[in-house]
Amino acid sequence: MAAVKETVDQVRAIDVDQYKYGFETDIESERARKGLGEDVIRFISAKKNEPEWMLEWRLDAYKRWLTMEEPTWARVHYPQIDFQDIYYYAAPKSTPGPKSLDEVDPELLKTYEKLGIPLREQAVLAGVEGAKVAVDAVFDSVSVVTTFREELSKHGIIFCSISEAMREHPDLVKKYLGSVVPVTDNYYATLNSAVFSDGSFVYIPEGVRCPMELSTYFRINEKKTGQFERTLIIAEKGSYVSYLEGCTAPQRDENQLHAAVVELVAMEDAEIKYSTVQNWYPGDKDGKGGIYNFVTKRGDCRGDRSKISWTQVETGSAITWKYPSCILRGDDSKGEFYSIAVSNGRQQVDSGTKMIHLGKRTSSRIISKGISAGHSQNTYRGQVKVNRKADGARSFTNCDSLLIGHDCGAHTVPYLESGNPRAKVEHEATTSKISDDQLFYCISRGLDPEEAVALIVNGFVRDVLQQLPMEFAVEAQKLIGVSLEGSVG
Amino acid sequence: MLEIKNLHAEIENEGREILRGLDLQVKPGEVHAIMGPNGAGKSTLSHVLAGKPGYRVTEGAALLDGVDILDMDPALRAANGVFLAFQYPVEIPGVANMTFLKAALNAQRKARGEEEISTPDFMRLVRTEAGKLKITQDMLKRPVNVGFSGGEKKRNEILQMAILQPKLCILDETDSGLDIDALKVVSEGVNALRAPNRSFIVITHYQRLLDHIRPDVVHVLSKGRIVKTGGPELALELEAKGYADYASEEAA
Repeated sequence: MAAVKETVDQVRAIDVDQYKYGFETDIESERARKGLGEDVIRFISAKKNEPEWMLEWRLDAYKRWLTMEEPTWARVHYPQIDFQDIYYYAAPKSTPGPKSLDEVDPELLKTYEKLGIPLREQAVLAGVEGAKVAVDAVFDSVSVVTTFREELSKHGIIFCSISEAMREHPDLVKKYLGSVVPVTDNYYATLNSAVFSDGSFVYIPEGVRCPMELSTYFRINEKKTGQFERTLIIAEKGSYVSYLEGCTAPQRDENQLHAAVVELVAMEDAEIKYSTVQNWYPGDKDGKGGIYNFVTKRGDCRGDRSKISWTQVETGSAITWKYPSCILRGDDSKGEFYSIAVSNGRQQVDSGTKMIHLGKRTSSRIISKGISAGHSQNTYRGQVKVNRKADGARSFTNCDSLLIGHDCGAHTVPYLESGNPRAKVEHEATTSKISDDQLFYCISRGLDPEEAVALIVNGFVRDVLQQLPMEFAVEAQKLIGVSLEGSVG
Repeated sequence: MLEIKNLHAEIENEGREILRGLDLQVKPGEVHAIMGPNGAGKSTLSHVLAGKPGYRVTEGAALLDGVDILDMDPALRAANGVFLAFQYPVEIPGVANMTFLKAALNAQRKARGEEEISTPDFMRLVRTEAGKLKITQDMLKRPVNVGFSGGEKKRNEILQMAILQPKLCILDETDSGLDIDALKVVSEGVNALRAPNRSFIVITHYQRLLDHIRPDVVHVLSKGRIVKTGGPELALELEAKGYADYASEEAA
């Protein structure tokens, strides 16, 4: 039938390996030798003019990493990673410390344009006044442009690259780095501690409400370069910040390892909202060449009545291994996790959260929406742990999976542990399929099959999309549609 | 308007033939009722015309204004003016009714090479049409058909019809599951949509609906063919005598 043929053609036309963001920018880069060793770590540290204590910290992490083993408990399968076959550092060649856009490599600015960075942000990059998003753009490992710093600094807010923070604010970095995700937390976090290249640092002083959304664009742009971001956000007493992270990456043939660490610290009455849209190259139709994304993200609700909220839209990467978590240490603190994980083609997702209730009357809320299509596997893995002393703790989990087609899988693996008899822990889970009836209903009203799937899926994830800042939500909605192209037929 | 010629269709995986040489002609502005016993092929006819997967057309044609719609995919049929009011409207969780309506309307406009409707124009259109059908703002904001009563679902189908302005409306047992008040509202909605350039095929078991939607022509469908055609009096006759004369072998 005509309909079938057209769908087949569409699927061909949008073959996953014709990845929309698959291009490379030709910029010379300085990089470390291939492989990992103390010399490479010294090289990285020297490149970044780091203080001695930082080098020691890295070397210590490296020594510990050598004794550790790669975790195997996640439901993901991939060929053995050869850690000696990766470049651990690459910096775009540019004049030292660009002070204005004129000094920035024009190729880089073109890249932003191709990436479709919203006009608002482009305006910021172009120095137009009145735009209100601060972009700390991370281009392969080094922060090239940091904007709006002046306006932020009026409020005493620090928003800069972590390398810069090490030099300018060593006390803060020393005090908080590794305090949420310890150096030996897990294999990938330890590796990150040894070789992290750059990332963002945010400090919100007491009582300050950050006047704008802080955002970072990540882009991996050097063949075979592992990307090891390190982000640290500290919200002092009674402060508030919303941080947006979004990424795309160019196409490449070989797998790219990405092992980021994000640490959040919220003091008394502080609130941190961390939103991610992740759209890294997922690999071609056979799953070849996609990003391996092994991320450790954790927030510490250190003060009473503090709140940390993670919202993520995950559509990219060949392998996603990611569990943004909250340690609810302060009494009456709150943790939230809102997640949309879309997998298509041969993607494998093992993602979820951990909510560790330590303080009294702590509460957590987990809303997870997993969508699997193609030959992908999508696992929700979530842990809710209530400590003996966490009187009155409450936790609610809602975990829904949606299957598109017959060759994908959805899995839900909750771990609920309550050491307190008065805690209330709830878990709900559903698995459903987009029914043929739903599809036909939409199509019979004039929507093409892809539009119909996108509409149904966007309905399915609505609860989570609503948690995203407005502009991000619109982008995310489009992204979800694009990610599922070719999933029906 | 619509000309169905010698239509043969079977259920795809079973190979069982349901429509066996069906002929039907519907002129612009006419309302045709199709009645018949269970298993006669009434719903199959509506599904085949709308392009629901799971059926195979083995012979024949269905010309809408001279163009065979059976070669088109279902979305294109919709854009060309075919509308099926479902017997069991489908729920779409999380998608606001309003969003759905706008997406459908714009998809059809796009397929016809027209511009998207502006949001203010769309809002005006929906408000006017929803008002006629006693559809509340609340129903427009709720997810498509989720938690709707039987009557609300059917009214919602008619609202879609009013917004999409099709040429050919196929009502598949729209009266099933309706109480008498809902039946009236739905029928009034349909009657309001009657127009010289719009035709209706009303599929029903019962004369009851035809008291409210007055057909121009009544057909009896049995064993996959039209076996008798008449005026509105034919429906009354069927109501009195039943389908015994036309009993389908599939009817159980």
